[in-house]
Amino acid sequence: MELYYQPDIERMSRTQMRDLQSKRLVSQVNHVYTNVPYYKKLMDDKGVKPSDIASIDDLHKLPFLTKEDLRQAYPYGLLAKPLDDCVRIQSTSGTTGTRVVAFYTQNDIELWEESCARALTAAGGTKSDVVQVAYGYGLFTGGPGLNGGSHKIGSLTLPMSSGNTERQIQFMCDLGTTIICCTPSYAEYLAETIEEMGMRDKIQLKAGIFGAEAWSQEMRLRLEANLGIKAFDIYGLTEISGPGVSFECSEQTGMHINEDHFIPELIDPETGEVLPMGEKGELVFTCVSKEAFPLLRYRTRDICILNQDECSCGRTLTKMSKILGRSDDMLIIKGVNVFPSQIETVLIGYGLSANYQLIVDRVNHSDTLEIKVELTPEMFSDTVRGIEGKEREIHNKIANILGITSKVTLVAPKSITRSEGKAVRVIDNRKI
Amino acid sequence: MTIEQLSVFIENKPGKLVEALELLSQAGIDLRALSLADTADFGILRIIVDQPSLALERLQAEGYLVRTNQVVPVSVGDKPGGLAAVLRILANNGIDVEYTYAFVAHASDMAYVILRVADNDVAVNVLKENGIALLTPAEMFG
Repeated sequence: MELYYQPDIERMSRTQMRDLQSKRLVSQVNHVYTNVPYYKKLMDDKGVKPSDIASIDDLHKLPFLTKEDLRQAYPYGLLAKPLDDCVRIQSTSGTTGTRVVAFYTQNDIELWEESCARALTAAGGTKSDVVQVAYGYGLFTGGPGLNGGSHKIGSLTLPMSSGNTERQIQFMCDLGTTIICCTPSYAEYLAETIEEMGMRDKIQLKAGIFGAEAWSQEMRLRLEANLGIKAFDIYGLTEISGPGVSFECSEQTGMHINEDHFIPELIDPETGEVLPMGEKGELVFTCVSKEAFPLLRYRTRDICILNQDECSCGRTLTKMSKILGRSDDMLIIKGVNVFPSQIETVLIGYGLSANYQLIVDRVNHSDTLEIKVELTPEMFSDTVRGIEGKEREIHNKIANILGITSKVTLVAPKSITRSEGKAVRVIDNRKI
Repeated sequence: MTIEQLSVFIENKPGKLVEALELLSQAGIDLRALSLADTADFGILRIIVDQPSLALERLQAEGYLVRTNQVVPVSVGDKPGGLAAVLRILANNGIDVEYTYAFVAHASDMAYVILRVADNDVAVNVLKENGIALLTPAEMFG
C-alpha cells in the first residue's frame, strides 16, 4: 500500500495545484521584488512588474537566474529576509569560483524537511523505521536534509554521516536499520563490504534512498539484489533547498517534484524558450514558498524530461526523468561540482599549456580524476624530481581549490587527441 | 670545462624512444653518451652528441621538448673504485650529484662519467684541485 506524508498536496488535482502555485507565485514575486534589489533590477531591465504576474501562465515573463548571478550576488545579494530571520546556511563544497551559499529561515528548514519526509514516506518509511543517514553532514545538504525528513516522520534516525564503512555496517546490523540514505556509489561499496564481512543475513534493510550522483537502471537492479531492498532515486540542489526537490515513488519511473514549493519548467538551453511536457530540455525551478533564498526561474543546467502522466502511486505531482546530461560542462566527481575551466585556470597559472584532458573513471565505487596536461618548454626539466615536483604542486593546488584529489600527468606537447582541431577536454569512463 | 647535454621528454609508450633516436641517426648525429631516466608515465632521455645544435634543431622541429644544459664529463680509472673516488671528493665538499651516467670511449682504457650537479664551476674546481681529469670536447668527440 502506497504511503503519503502529505496526501492532500501529493494527490491534489492538477487544477488545485495550478491555483496553489499561482497564488504562491504572485505573493513570492512581490516578496522578491520588494526585498531583493538584485532581482528587482533584472525585472526592471526586462520591463516586468510584479503586477504582470497574475498566475503561473505568466511565469515565463520573469528573468532567469543562473549560477553566474549567484556568483555576482555572493554572499547576500539574493537574500530576501533580514539575517536575523535566518537560522541556517548550507553550501556547495569546494568550488570557490561558483560557491553557493543558501540561507534558510526556520520555515524554509521545515518545508525542506517536509520535502524529504515525503521522499522517505514514498520509500515506505514510517515511525517504526530505523533510518541510517550516510550522506555527509555539515555544509553539504545531503545529511541534514534526510536527517530532518526522518525526524519529521518520527523514524529512529542514525546520523552516521559518510565514511567508516565497518562501523556503518555494525550499526546497521546491531540497530536493525531498515532504510539507508547515501550516494549510490557508496551503497555499492557498502553492499560489497557487507558481503566481505559475511553480514548479508544480518541486515534488515528494506529500502535505500540514493542521490547526489548519477546512477543507472543496471546499478539499481544490482543494489536491489545485493542489499535485498527497493532502491529509490532522490534529486535536489542546494540553490533550491537540497535533497527532496523531487523523489521517486513505488513505480520507480521518475521523480515526483514537490511542485507546491518548487515549480518546474523545461526550457531550450539555447533560446530560453519554454518546452512542452515530454520534450527534453533544461530544468528550471521557481521557489514559491521559501522565504530567505527564494530563487525565481533558476536554471539548473540539468537536462531531463518532464511528464504529468498518471502515476500508479496515486501522486499527481509532475515527474522528472533521471538527469540525462548537462547544458554546461560541469562534472560531478565524488559528489563535488567541477568545472573544467577551474582546472584550466590552475594549469595556466603554472605556465602550462591550455591543452589538457580530464579523465574521469570509477574505481572500486569511487570516482577518480586524472588530469593530463601538455608540458611546455619552460616547465620541462632534465630531472625526474623537477617534473614530478611540478605534478605534485599542481595536484595540491587543485586539491585546495576543488577539494578533490587527482592524478596529474604531464605529457608530451601535441600528444592530447584533438578532434577537428579542438581538444577533447573530458573523457568520462564511468559506467553508470 | 663542461659539455652540453640535451634532455628530451619521451612519453612512456612503445616506440617513442626509438623514434627520437632514429631522428638523430637520420641527421647523421653521433651519440657519445646516453642515459634514460624513467617513471611510470614518462622518460627523460639525456644525450651527449657530436653536433648538439643540429640535434636540438632537428628534435625541436619534430615537436620534441628539449632542454640543454652543461654537465661535467670526468675521466675515471677503469678499475674498481674509480668512480667512487670521484664521488667521495664531491661528497666531502658538499656537492650534490643530481644524477650521473657512465660511458666508454673508443680505444681507451679509461671510463668516463657525466655528472649533473647544481653548480658546475664549483664541481669543476673541486675535481681539478683533487687531480681528477676532465674531458674536453675535443677528447670526447675525437
